[in-house]
Amino acid sequence: MAKAAAQKSASKDAPQKLANDIGASKDELLGYYREMVLIRRFEERAGQLYGMGLIGGFCHLYIGQEAVAVGVQASIKQGHDRIITGYRDHGHMLTAGMDPKEVMAELTGRIGGSSKGKGGSMHMFDVPTGFYGGHGIVGAQVALGTGLAFAGWYRGDDSVSFIYFGDGAANQGQVYESFNMAQLWKLPAIYIIENNQYAMGTSIDRSSSTTNLSQRGASFGIPGEQVDGMDVIAVRDAVKKAVDRARAGEGPYILEVKTYRYRGHSMSDPAKYRTKEEVDEVKKTRDPIDHIKTLLQAANASEDELKAIDAEIKAIVAEAVQFAQESPEPDPSELYTDVYTEAAQ
Amino acid sequence: MTDILMPALSPTMEEGTLSKWHVKVGDTVSAGDVIAEIETDKATMEVEAVDEGEVTEILVEEGAEGVKVNTPIARLSGDDAAPAPKAEAPKDDAKAEKAGDLEKKAPEAAETRPEGEGPAPVTPKKTLKDPEIPADAKLVKTTIRDALRDAMAEEMRRDPDVFLMGEEVAQYQGAYKVSRELLQEFGDKRVIDTPITEHGFAGLGVGAAMAGLKPIVEFMTWNFGMQAIDHVINSAAKTLYMSGGQIKAPIVFRGPNGAASRVGAQHSQDYSSWYAHVPGLKVVAPYDAADAKGLLKSAIRDPNPVVFLEHEMMYGLEFDVPDVEDYLVPIGKAKVRREGTDVTITSHSRMVGFALAAAEKLAEEGIEAEVIDLRTLRPLDHETIVESVKKTNRLVSAEEGWGPMGVGAEVVARVIEHAFDYLDAPPLRVHQEDVPLPYAANLEALSLPGVDKIVKAVKAVVA
Repeated sequence: MAKAAAQKSASKDAPQKLANDIGASKDELLGYYREMVLIRRFEERAGQLYGMGLIGGFCHLYIGQEAVAVGVQASIKQGHDRIITGYRDHGHMLTAGMDPKEVMAELTGRIGGSSKGKGGSMHMFDVPTGFYGGHGIVGAQVALGTGLAFAGWYRGDDSVSFIYFGDGAANQGQVYESFNMAQLWKLPAIYIIENNQYAMGTSIDRSSSTTNLSQRGASFGIPGEQVDGMDVIAVRDAVKKAVDRARAGEGPYILEVKTYRYRGHSMSDPAKYRTKEEVDEVKKTRDPIDHIKTLLQAANASEDELKAIDAEIKAIVAEAVQFAQESPEPDPSELYTDVYTEAAQ
Repeated sequence: MTDILMPALSPTMEEGTLSKWHVKVGDTVSAGDVIAEIETDKATMEVEAVDEGEVTEILVEEGAEGVKVNTPIARLSGDDAAPAPKAEAPKDDAKAEKAGDLEKKAPEAAETRPEGEGPAPVTPKKTLKDPEIPADAKLVKTTIRDALRDAMAEEMRRDPDVFLMGEEVAQYQGAYKVSRELLQEFGDKRVIDTPITEHGFAGLGVGAAMAGLKPIVEFMTWNFGMQAIDHVINSAAKTLYMSGGQIKAPIVFRGPNGAASRVGAQHSQDYSSWYAHVPGLKVVAPYDAADAKGLLKSAIRDPNPVVFLEHEMMYGLEFDVPDVEDYLVPIGKAKVRREGTDVTITSHSRMVGFALAAAEKLAEEGIEAEVIDLRTLRPLDHETIVESVKKTNRLVSAEEGWGPMGVGAEVVARVIEHAFDYLDAPPLRVHQEDVPLPYAANLEALSLPGVDKIVKAVKAVVA
């Protein structure tokens, strides 16, 4: 144990590369592990608070899909690039760097929430981390995100926009309207299709005439590829290539990231459209956190190092939960604020 | 020690049946393990453990019905580093408390609204006035088409973040030639021809606005803009509020609105009341060229999303526009176009011209009508209307759209709220007949409101 600790402190001075070919140091892997565990523990707690009636309305959990947001984030220049997603957004926000306390307090509808309690689970935003929502209308974020990319193109500032949507949204018309314009104007847009195989209760086979979503840009000339979304390294590497392309002015790219959500579509979905065996099989054989644990083992990370991270995350989430309950509801005077903003001079 | 509570598994669930336990006393569980099945009125759901620990007690037996949400159903031992949060109160009580709170708080909330404001849109706090036009200012005959173009050109010269996008706005010079010569001056990065894809480019525009640009999105007509209404309302109007004030959408959606001529029902619709219904939007509908210019410049500078309703039948009409620098007309201020003592006629956009013509006809018969051009539909300047009605004691509203739930309905409601005792006759509304606009020339004429209908309504209220 002492050895491992010594190794860890040594690694701060000289970041060591792994002997294998995944191109991630132990510290990087520990970082990915930390982010993924943060999302999972946070979401478990969110589910619990929902069960207690502290979170209302709709609440869509990201459990199972953690490797996607974490793998993508590795290529994001925080505060320069922009991120946008749909309503299953907690994981993206945490990974982008938003304060778990503010995210949880938004879920409980409190003034300390990132939208002062006025947005809720599906509507959170954070300009400093480049997170532009949190959108509740399936597919709307694709056109909006293409606009974020347009802003980068217009200003010529080398920024890239990361636009997440699901296999369900992939059938919305505005997605293709957006693809067309993105390629026409060579916008720096990375479209990340999180294919978790179910659009609410409708499996991709029942909803999509073609199921290789990475090729959905083909008729516009947008290249794409499929990626194992349960493998954070695979996601990271695929995104990096796409981002390099976009920053070089070569236009949009589509990544179909094959992933799986363990929970129902929302908290009130019993997920009867798939078998328990199917879910268990994924959990047992493809779990993204188990996967990175294997990589960490190969990189000689010790049990103690992982346990220390687990404990740190547990405390962060507990603090978020506490904050989310103690933060007061918004003052009634907030009812009429933020409808309009004052004219700029 | 951690209590596992009966979870709420849908937004409306208050109780459920604990249909099955998957664990028993003495079992060790970890986060994510399925521990029980709960039956709601809609479905049977699995419950997963959130904490790890040993099950020390089962508090609610399998098969128990009507178990209230948040009732402890089992108990876990385990480390207390992160104890399960305690629910504040049983849900029913919490609800009751909330309802009570709301009743308590509602009046306070109402008090935070501006003085004299009804429960609907926000009225600007400051006194809004048209710009002073110097007595020696030259008045230049300008078409509405060119006034709109001049407004965009001036704002694009002033602010590099302003750009125009839409179908045929660049090379074709605008389907109605409103963007004539803008491409030549500003280039193809700032005057952008889009594919025919309203939903997509409206959303793209809103996204660009969220990122700090100031798009002017032209709809070839507002009829086509209906394809994009989700982005106008859900994305542009609501995001400032949903983000707690963080994300602004300084965007102008503009284009011709209302009935053109003989183009049939799908191309002839007035969206005034549709958009004026929505908090977060400002909605502007000018009548003459000076207002078209001054209001469009204000709309482009406004940090909120603005719906700017033009009228195809008016693009070619000429009006005087003062040749002054930076002619800005404030959003949110109505204009008295003609003073009168006997009746107030409210109108906007093309109907203002009809109202003025009706007023001249009525004057021949000794009836002096005061004609108010609303100019902005949201926020609606009801003070100007109310002041007028206090003087004339009679009201007729005129609009091109359908009557039910329309602009006139709102104007009448505001007058009743604020000046009921001043009314000497029930107000009347003039509007399009309650049918899709017909193609046949005679039926189209019958359907649309005009001078004669306004005259008739006025005579009815002054009788």
